[in-house]
Amino acid sequence: MSLASPPRAVLLVRGLRKSYKDVVAVDGIDLEVVAGECFGLLGPNGAGKTTTIEICEGLTTADAGVVELFGMRWETNASEIRQRLGIQLQETQLSEKITVLETVQLFRSFFRRGPKPSDAIALVELEEKRDARVGALSGGQKQRLALACALVGEPDLLFLDEPTTGLDPQARRQVWDLIEQFKRDGRTIVLTTHYMDEAERLCGRVAIMDHGKVIARGTPRELVASIGVEHVVEFSTGMPIDLEAIGAIPGAREVRAGDDGVSMQVTELHRAMPALLDALGRQGVPLTELRTRSATLEDVFVALTGRHLRDE
Amino acid sequence: MSNASWRPDALVQLTLLRFREFVREPEALFWGLIFPVLLAAGLGVAFRNQPAETVRVAAVSPSIAAALHQDPLLIVEQLDETAAQQALRAGKIVLVAEPGPESSVIYRYDDTNPEARTARMLVDRAIQKAAGRVDPVTADDDVAREVGARYIDFLVPGLVGMGIMGNSIWGLGFAIVDARRRKLMKRIIATPMPRSYYLLSFLLWRLLLLGFEVAVPIVFAVLVFGVPVRGSIVQLAALCVLGSLSFSALGLLIASRARTIEAASGIMNVVMMPMWIVSGVFFSSQRFPDVVQPIIRALPLTALIDALRATMLQAVSVRQLGHEVAALAIWLVVCFTLALRLFRWR
Repeated sequence: MSLASPPRAVLLVRGLRKSYKDVVAVDGIDLEVVAGECFGLLGPNGAGKTTTIEICEGLTTADAGVVELFGMRWETNASEIRQRLGIQLQETQLSEKITVLETVQLFRSFFRRGPKPSDAIALVELEEKRDARVGALSGGQKQRLALACALVGEPDLLFLDEPTTGLDPQARRQVWDLIEQFKRDGRTIVLTTHYMDEAERLCGRVAIMDHGKVIARGTPRELVASIGVEHVVEFSTGMPIDLEAIGAIPGAREVRAGDDGVSMQVTELHRAMPALLDALGRQGVPLTELRTRSATLEDVFVALTGRHLRDE
Repeated sequence: MSNASWRPDALVQLTLLRFREFVREPEALFWGLIFPVLLAAGLGVAFRNQPAETVRVAAVSPSIAAALHQDPLLIVEQLDETAAQQALRAGKIVLVAEPGPESSVIYRYDDTNPEARTARMLVDRAIQKAAGRVDPVTADDDVAREVGARYIDFLVPGLVGMGIMGNSIWGLGFAIVDARRRKLMKRIIATPMPRSYYLLSFLLWRLLLLGFEVAVPIVFAVLVFGVPVRGSIVQLAALCVLGSLSFSALGLLIASRARTIEAASGIMNVVMMPMWIVSGVFFSSQRFPDVVQPIIRALPLTALIDALRATMLQAVSVRQLGHEVAALAIWLVVCFTLALRLFRWR
């Protein structure tokens, strides 16, 4: 254990690599998660997020690299680490025939310490469904039950793999509220997501992954600031336009025409907007749609890779 | 390392999980619990009290037909030659008696069919008697249907053993492959649960069902057919438990790598089929050549059935069943150890 890690690092990953047959899933990743933070791995499907998190969870073995949890390694301290982890797998599967309470009791029995099953159920607001079978739950309720199963050992570190994928908007917000509650309780969380709004809302720090590599890291605010763009203007027109004239607008960057209109990044909205309207007016092109918004992590990903997070 | 910490609660919860999944699956419950009852009822129909069996034969000439009618065990049809041949081929009759040259008689039948051989003797006896044969020695029949020596007495321990094998291997194999396929297993091994507990819970779950699966056919056979249980009940129960554990361990091993139900059921059939045939379920395994007897005796189903039969029919003490008990115990330990080592957890 020669790695000079700061004592507060709950999870430390160095030089992680993993290949499947001819695909490099994880290509040299370093991560450091400290106690009490919510750390996000953001990236499109196939970026290597799940492989990375499953190696950290001790479910997959890496080809190379080091994973330390609480200063311990899987090879030597597996059962001790397991006692301190709470894990929610991507699309967690639980037996459909048993009830919510029975499921939580089962998982509680594997851990030395932790809340009473009924308290864990209350924590994820499933009291009303206590005696319902898992098979009868909605997607959002199943996901909350999965969270209860992850929390039932009073974990020092919580891994959440795509906690809201496949949920309807209301169920997503409920899960977000729960995760925010966990953060307020001072829990350490590592989550993966391909929703930039989720990462922005929940995560203190984010690592953006693409093709098995971390291509950027920092707080969501730092990352957005790093691309030097504050705003995005999106508009559609009734007829073809001269994009070069638009690109010449002061402060305009990255003008691109897509199927559903033109999108451009600008630094100073108050100067760019009049200039844009002016340019369109000179070309005699009618506007059919116009939106402006602040730059997001999505724009960071676009700036770094030229692709959208959810392109694939 | 707190690897070896004993957590009975986890084992209880895992076994409860198996049990709950089973009793809440209507189909599994139906087949698991109704099948022993159906089996017993089937036996009841097959072995109900009835007179000695009759055989159907055909006579091609009226004089032969008249001779055969004298024997009440023969059901005789008089047919012309073509019709008789057709009936024989269709299996409606098992033997044709037709006149040969110079007042001789020709019997047509399949000599590999035991029923046809019986028919041959009965028909010949009737024809010879009608022609005036007098037996040199007089014989009287004293029909012995002694309890413990009938076919049903032989069959019931065989069926009980076969049931233990089938329920353990099928029940366990499908449950495990299903849990692996639906990734239930992956979630559960992401906890500190000791992995051996997961496998042990399957063995314990089978034991919970065993009482019912074994008791129903045995009690039925005892009450309805008077099949004897001459040895100790405790010994019989202990043998069933040991047999169930051995076959459950074998089931674990079969399911240790398979990812699909199809792959698993293929292996299950390959493993079970030879034992259905050679291990003495329906007929004695002694019928097979001496060379293969050591192999047959080493098979778990042979060991279990031999031990059950000896206990039920001859009251043989467990001390004389050392070979059988040892064979079952070795299968249990070897299969469980291998399964734990080979098991694919995701």
